[in-house]
Amino acid sequence: MADISSTFLGIQSPNPFWLASAPPTDKKINVLRAFEAGWGGVVWKTLGSQVKNVSSRYSAVNFGAKKMMGFNNIELISDRPLALNLKEISECVRLFPDRAMIVSLMADNNRKSWHELIKQVEDTGAHGFELNFGCPHGMTERGMGAAVGQDPDIARMVVEWVMEAATLPVITKLTPNVHSVVPTGKACVEAGSNGLSLINTIQSVTGIDLDTFVPNPYVDGKSVFGGYCGPAVKPIALKMLTTIAQNPVTSKVPISGIGGVSTWKDAVEFMLLGASNVQVCTAAMNHGFRIVEDMCEGLNNWMDEKGFKKLEDFIGKSVDKITHWEDLDINYHHVANINQDKCIHCGLCYIACEDTSHQSINLTYGKPYNTYTIKEEECVGCNLCQLVCPVNDCITMVEKRVAPEYLNWKEFQKRGLPLNDH
Amino acid sequence: MAITNNRLTVDQYAENFSDIHPPFETKDAALTEANRCLFCYDAPCMKSCPTGIDVPKFIKQITTDNLKGSAHTIFVSNILGAGCSRVCPVEKLCEGACVYNLMEEPPIEIARLQRYATEKAMAANWQLFERKPSNGKKVAIVGAGPAGLSCAHVLARAGVEVTIFEKESKGGGLMTYGIAAYKVTPAFCENEVNYILSIGGINVQYNQTLGKDFSLESLQQSYDAVYLGIGVGLARQLNIPGEQLTGVEDAITFIYNIRNNGFASVPVGDRVAVIGMGMTAIDAATQAKRLGAKKVTMVYRRTENEKPCTQEELDIALLDGCEVIWLAAPKEIIGEQNRVSKLVCSKMILGEPDASGRRAPVDTGETFTLEVDMVIKAAGQTPYYSLVNDAQLQHQDGKIKVDHGAITNIRGVFAGGDCVNGGKEVVDAVQAGKDGAAAILDYLNVS
Repeated sequence: MADISSTFLGIQSPNPFWLASAPPTDKKINVLRAFEAGWGGVVWKTLGSQVKNVSSRYSAVNFGAKKMMGFNNIELISDRPLALNLKEISECVRLFPDRAMIVSLMADNNRKSWHELIKQVEDTGAHGFELNFGCPHGMTERGMGAAVGQDPDIARMVVEWVMEAATLPVITKLTPNVHSVVPTGKACVEAGSNGLSLINTIQSVTGIDLDTFVPNPYVDGKSVFGGYCGPAVKPIALKMLTTIAQNPVTSKVPISGIGGVSTWKDAVEFMLLGASNVQVCTAAMNHGFRIVEDMCEGLNNWMDEKGFKKLEDFIGKSVDKITHWEDLDINYHHVANINQDKCIHCGLCYIACEDTSHQSINLTYGKPYNTYTIKEEECVGCNLCQLVCPVNDCITMVEKRVAPEYLNWKEFQKRGLPLNDH
Repeated sequence: MAITNNRLTVDQYAENFSDIHPPFETKDAALTEANRCLFCYDAPCMKSCPTGIDVPKFIKQITTDNLKGSAHTIFVSNILGAGCSRVCPVEKLCEGACVYNLMEEPPIEIARLQRYATEKAMAANWQLFERKPSNGKKVAIVGAGPAGLSCAHVLARAGVEVTIFEKESKGGGLMTYGIAAYKVTPAFCENEVNYILSIGGINVQYNQTLGKDFSLESLQQSYDAVYLGIGVGLARQLNIPGEQLTGVEDAITFIYNIRNNGFASVPVGDRVAVIGMGMTAIDAATQAKRLGAKKVTMVYRRTENEKPCTQEELDIALLDGCEVIWLAAPKEIIGEQNRVSKLVCSKMILGEPDASGRRAPVDTGETFTLEVDMVIKAAGQTPYYSLVNDAQLQHQDGKIKVDHGAITNIRGVFAGGDCVNGGKEVVDAVQAGKDGAAAILDYLNVS
């Protein structure tokens, strides 16, 4: 049995699955239920100035039969009294001493407010802080949240204030609502942030009611941009994570991966790209805390199969597999192959290739079943047919190198090899 | 008790004849199923539909909340798409071809989804087609069955003035009169006919029988073209002793009475033998059981492998408690006081393949006897031989011969459906009606 216990900035948790700062970590009753269900830690919903929330708060993007492929919210930081939050945090720490308790903070934009807030939270027995520089709605208008994270200089200044007062480890959570997360990430690390987490939610409009013409979520005939999250944002989060994991400055600190993590497989992907642990929210909001059971079991089984004894054995393994385009091997080539025994004759590969790709699939008419075969000489190896095929392993990509040696674009140009030859 | 009607209570009849393939109860249920559809290209389901309904498209349209579009996609290919969604043997057509079968997964419930979309359209009376302005052409159609209605609708859309002559008092043909009531109700059939006719430009003259109330010649004189969708009507005789006894009935009449007169009024025996194993035989046997017969025995001269009905149909009969005797051919019906009391059957074995390609039954000379008080003959139907022959129409054994799917030997006279093919599915007749309309429009130079 692999060891899935996790240490993040010295903070121990029995598994690398934390609940992200969000509605599920808003109060004691939720957090205790999460710990009972088996979550390794929580990031308590952001504490800060007093706020007032609106109704409604959430909306979603469904895809086909799947609900909540994407999810957004316009909820603000915790709208409960600070003293109550602090008291409940202490109680949760006392009841579950083996779990990680991180507290998300977003003080008013001055040194004194930050120092006071940090002091109060340190007394709760929590293990660390996460600075909310990412909330994309409501707080930004008041110069907080993403308004801080979008400006590296402001972020640096706030982290410096925090580091003056904090004795506990500090994680800075980055906003994705920027061209690149690296400048702010660098500024925060340079200012002393002990770790980084990303991504926060992405500004979004999830949809519009076609009867009322009001976008979602609906607040008395109006809406605002909400923070987008859930499975739909995972690819964007992974990309941003990679840039942080590859940067010489930001990669020096541990990273907590966030953004659409729903299963153990998602978690492994974040960790392969450099995250030391992951934070989850939408999947729990969709299905409840019980999802952590399979996350732990799946991770454990996968690690056993791969022979990994502890998380560090595979964290970051894929970081250097993402390279620059001009370093890719132009001599690598593969073509599609359709396994006729598995083919169900749905024609999805054919119409996708014929209409939108390279007309590389033959159709032999049959009643009722057509036969589809690959024209290897036309196939550019784009994968589209394989991606649309509903049958597992029916279409495979078969390697057919152009030449044995590695040849990248820079060398290709240097040698004056022919372009536009397809 | 012998043959008697009114065996059950109103509630029992209602339960026995309730919808055998219930619709989706909710939009969510329909969406769940619709979302399973892979949206195949050049889809096998579509190619297996005699009317070529673009199945992936109409299912996709359900998922996009475009139910009007979905219903239009169905009706543009098959104006009886609502009825067909209830009566089609989909297991050997669209659903039988669904690619999910090749994954050993249940096929998409195409019929049920089709019912979902078309039922909504009929309930809301969506007018999905617009008639072109009248072009002054007049066409007579004989028979308001699936072929005739389908033909009429295409012609009406093209601006032709259509008059249908129907021998019964209601439209729908075998859909209304010849199919088990647990598949389609008389009320549904009436609604469907009304919905089809609601396009306008189609005048139906009921209780008008060809050869009795009017002649083909008279139609030729008064109309620019004539379409014959007269079906097949006569039950095939067994030609065995005792066939004239009281208690021997043909399945078509039996089902007609159930459909037309109400369940309680139709007499049925205690012990019923049904001769045949086609869809009509199944409909007769199951309905005899559902009317309260104590024992129903189906007698078929070949084996299960050669049965003309589908397995799904046979399963309905078996689940209803009908018994089946394979390799048994009726030899003689014996009566007491002119009433059926016994059915003597020959035991058969399979010999060489016959013209149908199936192994032919051969009499072993041995017999056995069933104690029955009613015999329902469902050994197929025969065309209106003399009607066709007397009208100088070229035919083969009474089946009208046509070129290009619809053109008879008589100029301006077209035909299709069961009267041409000898008796196939409703959906085949609908396609025949479309082919006939296309041929007529071509003949009339109407685009």
